[in-house]
Amino acid sequence: MSIVNYLVLAAVLFTIGAVGVLVRRNAIVVFMCVELMLNSVNLTLVTFARTTGTIDGQLIAFFVMVVAAAEVVVGLAIIMSIYRTRRSTSVDDANLLKY
Amino acid sequence: MTGSETLPAEGLLAASWLLIALPLAGAAVLLLGGRRTDRWGHLLGTATVVVAFVIGLLCTVQLAGVEGRSVQVDLYTFMQTGTLDVQAGLLFDPLSALFVLLITGVGALIHVYSIGYMAHDAARRRFFAYLNLFVAAMLLLVLGNSYVALYVGWEGVGLASYLLIAFWYRRPAAATAAKKAFIMNRVGDVGLALAVFIMFAQLGTTDYAGVHGSVGLLAGGTVTALGLLLLLGACGKSGQFPLQAWLPDAMEGPTPVSALIHAATMVTAGVYLIARSAPIYDATPTARNVVLAIGAVTLLIGAVIGCAQDDIKKVLAYSTVSQIGYMFLAVGLGPAGYVAGLAHLLTHGFFKAGLFLGAGSVMHGMGDRTDIRRFGGLASRMKVTFVTFGLGYLALIGFPFLSGWWTKDAIIEAALDHGGTWGWVLGGVAILGAGLTAFYMTRLMLMTFFGPARWEDGVHPHESPPVMTAPMVVLAVGSVAAGFLLVQAFPLSGWLEPVFGEPEEAGHVVAPIVVSIVVTLVVALGVLTAWLFVGRREVPVTAPARVSPVVRAARRALYADTVNESLFMRPGMWLTRALVFVDNRGVDGVVNGTAAALGGSSSRLGRAQTGFVRSYALGMLGGAVLVAGALVAVTAG
Repeated sequence: MSIVNYLVLAAVLFTIGAVGVLVRRNAIVVFMCVELMLNSVNLTLVTFARTTGTIDGQLIAFFVMVVAAAEVVVGLAIIMSIYRTRRSTSVDDANLLKY
Repeated sequence: MTGSETLPAEGLLAASWLLIALPLAGAAVLLLGGRRTDRWGHLLGTATVVVAFVIGLLCTVQLAGVEGRSVQVDLYTFMQTGTLDVQAGLLFDPLSALFVLLITGVGALIHVYSIGYMAHDAARRRFFAYLNLFVAAMLLLVLGNSYVALYVGWEGVGLASYLLIAFWYRRPAAATAAKKAFIMNRVGDVGLALAVFIMFAQLGTTDYAGVHGSVGLLAGGTVTALGLLLLLGACGKSGQFPLQAWLPDAMEGPTPVSALIHAATMVTAGVYLIARSAPIYDATPTARNVVLAIGAVTLLIGAVIGCAQDDIKKVLAYSTVSQIGYMFLAVGLGPAGYVAGLAHLLTHGFFKAGLFLGAGSVMHGMGDRTDIRRFGGLASRMKVTFVTFGLGYLALIGFPFLSGWWTKDAIIEAALDHGGTWGWVLGGVAILGAGLTAFYMTRLMLMTFFGPARWEDGVHPHESPPVMTAPMVVLAVGSVAAGFLLVQAFPLSGWLEPVFGEPEEAGHVVAPIVVSIVVTLVVALGVLTAWLFVGRREVPVTAPARVSPVVRAARRALYADTVNESLFMRPGMWLTRALVFVDNRGVDGVVNGTAAALGGSSSRLGRAQTGFVRSYALGMLGGAVLVAGALVAVTAG
């Protein structure tokens, strides 16, 4: 199987994630879209690792997963506390930090 | 210099720095001691000057026995940079000895007088502190062995003069007069400073011996420039044309100040400077002719203005301007006139200080009034003042055998002996000036002491206390005897020989006896005219308004203030206003504009921070796309 298929799938996933981050207001969905982008990148890394026969890419993919797990913990905690104070999960409502 | 070697000082002369240190220490104690010194401050101030006089006298006696009559006291290195090396030192020679005796002698008398004159002034201690400061600075001026030391003293007396004119600083007139004096002195000081710079640049030295020894090495133009710049400095300090306007205004200060600083000592510093710089002026006839012209012009305008003033101190002030004009005329004549000029300086120091103290005594008795139209008939009320003032008056107008007669005649003779048309012009001006002097002084005398009393209500003239009259008596004795002593008994020319050389016996254009007779006749004519105008008629208590243009001009001091204001003050103010405008709109405009532009653009950029997470995400995405695109472009290219 050509690696192009994997790469196209990764690109499609990344694009869905990026568009989701940009257009959705719900913080949870935005968060999931970020995860989607991370995983599309993981897919790319693993693909190239298989193609070149080295394990560097797989190694980095594991790092990304670890960081993503940590990020999910912190991110969900932030979303929870915002929800408690503002009664909303819309990212557009959390806009106090500005000019 | 006549080649006589300057010896290092020994004995008491080596301690002549005490002359300066004592009054300086007095000033420091009085100024720093504060109110604690109020009770005995005036006594300390007087004591330092009296002791300085005694030291000066002993030093002079010792100097008379020294070979070459010129000693040098090295003190310390004043400044040393590169090739420039200025040593602080004192030069005690016959010329400085004369000034030391004049300054400390007259100074001590005036300190004593001030004890009485300022007795009711709450700030008497401050007054004596400033007087001591003045004496110290003046002694440094005449004792310094270099132009730099002279300059330091020169500025010191300027400062003391400023402080003392503005002593009653709550009076706006006094504050203004002090500022005027200070600023006009600055104009002259610039000349002196430039002269010192030229010496640094051209000769690398500023001590008298070094400069005077190498005047011959300088180009003619440089010497003339030096002479003219020194003259500018002298004109500023001595109230000579065209910088004469500050001196009469300086009379706003207490009268002892007018007597000490603005009559006897400081204003004669210009004469000292020119006499001290004799070798420079000997090398430049041009500068010397300018000195002569300035002396002649000033002695005339001072006398003319003096004829129309109604303020007793202003009349004396213009008389001072005029008499210093005589001294400038004399020292401008060169070797023929140095001694005559200095002799007149000394006798003038006596009689003018005495006249001012007398004026102060009159003011003391008349409740600080100065308008001579409201005096009159004081002769019987203030006998001591009348007699001492009268003797000073006779000495000033040149009554035969009194001080002024000896010294003024000597100047007039020297001017006539200058030769040629120039000599006749100068001599004529000097004789005319003598006549005018007789006129305005007689007018002053008649209006103050004779005729019916024209006092305002509530004025009760009384004689001043002995502490004031005693110095007046001493000065009156000096006014009578000084001329004879200095010219005939112990000729000044012999004493000053180490400085100015052998007095040469010039061929006389006019026989001295003829000059004396003519001058005496002119003086008598002046006195007679004054009697016809003032003594014979009733004096109106307000100045008559219908007068000739000449009198009107003389009352306005020949429009000196008007000229200064329209020529210098107004353009100067325009210039400052223009500069302020350029500064506000130009310089500040650029700075403020830059700041405003940066502030405005940053607040506009700040609008991009919307607070919406998604717009930041878009920015990040766009940035990432750009970076990726750039990478692709670089690797593909």
